Amino acid sequence: MTWVTKTLNSTLGRKLIMALTGLFLILFLTGHVSGNLLLFKGDGGQAFNMYAKFMTTNPAVKLLSYLTYISVIGHIIYSISLSLYNKSARPVAYSTSKGSTNSAWSSRNMGVLGTIILIFLVVHLQGFWAKMHWGEMPTVTYDGEVYKDLFLIVNEAFKQGWLVALYVLSMIFLGFHLSHGFASAFQTLGINHKKYSPAIKAIGTAYSILVPASFASMPLYIHFSSY
Amino acid sequence: MKLTLKIWRQKNTADKGGFVTYVADHVSKDMSFLEMLDVLNDQLTEKGEDPVHFDHDCREGICGMCSLYINGKPHGPLQTTTCQLHMRSFSDGETITIEPWRAKAFPVVKDLVVNRSAFDRIIQAGGYVSVNTGGVPDANEIPIPKIVADLAMDAAQCIGCGACVAACKNASAMLFTSAKVSQLALLPQGQVERKTRAEKMVAQMDSEGFGACTNTGACEAECPKGISITNIARMNREYFSAVVSSDNM
Amino acid sequence: MILDSKIPAGPLAEKWTKHKFSSKLVNPANKRKYDVIVVGTGLAGASAAASLAELGYNVKAFCFQDSPRRAHSIAAQGGINAAKNYQNDGDSVYRLFYDTIKGGDYRAREGNVYRLAEVSVKIIDQCVAQGVPFAREYGGLLANRSFGGAQVSRTFYARGQTGQQLLLGAYSALSRQVANGKVKLFPRTEMMDLVVIDGQAKGIVTRNLITGAVETHAAHAVLLCTGGYGNVFFLSTNAMGSNVTAAWRAHKRGAFFANPCFTQIHPTCIPVSGDHQSKLTLMSESLRNDGRVWVPATQEIAERLRKGQIKANDIKDEDRDYFLERKYPSFGNLVPRDVASRNAKYVCDEGRGVNETGEAVYLDFRDAIKRDTRKIIEQKYGNLFEMYKQITGEDPYEMPMMIYPAVHYTMGGLWVDYNLMTTVPGLYALGEANFSEHGANRLGASALMQGLADGYFVVPYTVGDYLAQLAPKPVDDTHPEFARIKEEVQGRINTLLKINGTKPVDFFHKRLGKIMWNECGMARTEEGLKGAKAEIQALKKEFWSTVKVMGTNEELNQSLEKANRVADFLELGELMVDDALSRNESCGGHFREEYQTPDGEALRDDENYAYVAAWKYLGEGQEEELVKEELVFENVKLTQRSYK
Repeated sequence: MTWVTKTLNSTLGRKLIMALTGLFLILFLTGHVSGNLLLFKGDGGQAFNMYAKFMTTNPAVKLLSYLTYISVIGHIIYSISLSLYNKSARPVAYSTSKGSTNSAWSSRNMGVLGTIILIFLVVHLQGFWAKMHWGEMPTVTYDGEVYKDLFLIVNEAFKQGWLVALYVLSMIFLGFHLSHGFASAFQTLGINHKKYSPAIKAIGTAYSILVPASFASMPLYIHFSSY
Repeated sequence: MKLTLKIWRQKNTADKGGFVTYVADHVSKDMSFLEMLDVLNDQLTEKGEDPVHFDHDCREGICGMCSLYINGKPHGPLQTTTCQLHMRSFSDGETITIEPWRAKAFPVVKDLVVNRSAFDRIIQAGGYVSVNTGGVPDANEIPIPKIVADLAMDAAQCIGCGACVAACKNASAMLFTSAKVSQLALLPQGQVERKTRAEKMVAQMDSEGFGACTNTGACEAECPKGISITNIARMNREYFSAVVSSDNM
Repeated sequence: MILDSKIPAGPLAEKWTKHKFSSKLVNPANKRKYDVIVVGTGLAGASAAASLAELGYNVKAFCFQDSPRRAHSIAAQGGINAAKNYQNDGDSVYRLFYDTIKGGDYRAREGNVYRLAEVSVKIIDQCVAQGVPFAREYGGLLANRSFGGAQVSRTFYARGQTGQQLLLGAYSALSRQVANGKVKLFPRTEMMDLVVIDGQAKGIVTRNLITGAVETHAAHAVLLCTGGYGNVFFLSTNAMGSNVTAAWRAHKRGAFFANPCFTQIHPTCIPVSGDHQSKLTLMSESLRNDGRVWVPATQEIAERLRKGQIKANDIKDEDRDYFLERKYPSFGNLVPRDVASRNAKYVCDEGRGVNETGEAVYLDFRDAIKRDTRKIIEQKYGNLFEMYKQITGEDPYEMPMMIYPAVHYTMGGLWVDYNLMTTVPGLYALGEANFSEHGANRLGASALMQGLADGYFVVPYTVGDYLAQLAPKPVDDTHPEFARIKEEVQGRINTLLKINGTKPVDFFHKRLGKIMWNECGMARTEEGLKGAKAEIQALKKEFWSTVKVMGTNEELNQSLEKANRVADFLELGELMVDDALSRNESCGGHFREEYQTPDGEALRDDENYAYVAAWKYLGEGQEEELVKEELVFENVKLTQRSYK
């Protein structure tokens, strides 16, 4: 083993990967949510559809998207490997354990939260991302240029109450996942200092409320405004 | 007070073990938790039953020998060692569940006694400054800022009881390992071996089979000496900067 | 028989230097041919094992705990003395020597004590180099505090956990040698006996506490660093496992036991709360720097206090008797431990004790908090206050602490010469296990100093001197003596397991403790001691016929461990009583009521008792023989200790 593989196989190395991929996904979410806010523009979806096209065609964005795929996959694989490893570190469980007295629920259930988010991700990607990439899409023309009408797809999709409920619920789980993950990533990277940590924690809390809330507001808005 | 005790009994490492229920009568509030068990053991002996084995020694909260997972928490309801826990923390009629520390790296020896020699091996991997006796500079030759000395002392207070491992849902020993890495990384005396120490101690910790840290903070919340998880962050920093910059391949 | 202390001749300040030079050396290539056994891994044991391994010897280190780091040195709170004179307050090696000799009530050897003071400065250097985080001033230099029995600030400390930090330092040095393969560690292994062949210590017999296996280990030299025997009193500040077994077995194999009756009663312990009590907790002596010791001025007030009609804080200053400050104006609350303890006993005997049992005095921080603010006091003693609160349920920031004396340290121990060798060649005793440096009373912060001095700076020289005289031939345990002693050990274990009586071991231990505390504790009388001797003999008989030890040998068996230890305490207790009876004077921790000055101070008899009482074991059921080592004082004048 070289020093690189040795490091990446160590518990600390694996945590490092979790933290780095996690932080990258946080960046991704920031971009994703800001772009999606175009849904609220009230221009019949023009800005949103142009943005969607940009996101699927721009080469720089492409590169970023591959990084995102790698991060998602890395985050998942390493979380599974770490979870199994951690599970094996305590072969006999306690009969009684009061974790709630010493740690936050979300911090103890990142795996569960992550799994739910993964299921959501499959539904989400299948509904929009896969369609956008490979599916049959209605089109719309702005200034002579043809665009895939993702806006329409989104609007159609969120007419279904169950899907809206799934999205909102999933965003709540995402919020919990982020509420631990955000500050935790910094701790793993070794960034814990009495001067900065309070700010990191505060930003983390704000982030884990604002971003999922913004995401959740979209299906809700679409659903209820379409009636 | 009258208490019901649900105690883990296990003859040896190979034995499967299980809970046995006892009733402790006439328990005084001024008793320490271990004194309550002493009384139980004397009664068991008189009845011809094998007394409950548990580790303990100094009974003043410093040797780190006592353990016990009491009612779902290491060292019981207070943030202190079991030997410093007194029965006034419990109420009459309560059922108390007592289990050993649970971790692959801490195999049960008998009843509530576990083997914590993994901790010794982590220290042996590098938890020292390599100076031989004699031939060292005068103690005041290197001034150390008070705040740094205090931080080092905060970390050095670890008693090696293993409550951090017991509390952690992953049975991780990061708090223990990081306390020593931190202490020596902070002090000027620890600088020479700083990188190698972080690398070796982390490697040893991993090879003992402790889990990885998921930053739940349970260790810090349960540590009887209040060792902070800022030490874990420091260890991470030390380790990552060591692996990229040290001369060890 | 004449005991040769082997103190080198010549001026005090040159003895150790000259002795080191005249000691023989083992050549570096030959050191790996010698095996050394170190029993106990406290300050003395860990430091000796590490230092010897660094030199190149093969070391086997044994401890009964699960890790060397658990040794009871870890519990020392206050600090460690060293004659650094960093404070520019007039300290010097000679002053530390003088304070220690005087504090020990002139019952220690000048040569040994001077050496201790001399190497004290190197200990601090060594510990700092190991990364021991001693307290520091804002300028980055080391801080000091003052301690009982001294008028200079020479105590180095790491919060209230100095022993812990020093032990972890020594443990880290030991761990380094374990990693280097020079020390082989045997945790959870208890020494059961010593093997002496042709008059020389050649190994030990141990019991593996997990498997019960009785094993033999051979070596060229054996070092006992097994601590003190305060647990003979059952209730003491010692750890539950602290025991005399290793030292006692060595004694029965020929090592003389010196001054067994010199026990230190520590003045600042948390009072006993009930019959269930298993140990007593010490509140560091450093608390006496800021706390003021008092009891109500009259018995009436004390009675109302005990009945709960009034609280401590209701008592006005004029109704308080700050008895240490009153009787000893120049040392005040900082008088040596024996003086502080005895005076606490006096005021309680007068009916002025302050808790329900009437056996407690106050240690009050009200004035210190007013003077320095609560924050400063918290910084200095926070962890001690917290501990007190845990145990008693009372907040010492609001209410004065209650304290009472408790057995803390044993000055007596195996007799050793200047080389720390016992009367059995090749067998050494270090730290609290020997008798040598503290005389009849130990000063605060000196135990850590002695343990580390012995292990780091004395024994590496003196063991070398002995080994150099042995051929560098391998040793093994094939000599029939190993098998014979192993069989004896197994026999004794079997006997204990077979008695199958009715009473648990603690029953006997508690009774022995009561006898010892009442008759051989803070104050002793001829009549009381004679009674105690008979009682102990009877108790011993009862033990061997009615003790109940559960389980088998071939498993972790804590009752068997205890039974083994208590059996030895029962024998030691009798010797302590013999020693106390034979010493017809009062000195330091040994206070015979018959021998006191009109104002109740210890009355020494230097003409007849300026000697070390070394006891020689003659066989089962026989009275031990007293062998005297006369103490020679060439540098200090023997005076009545005065702290007024």
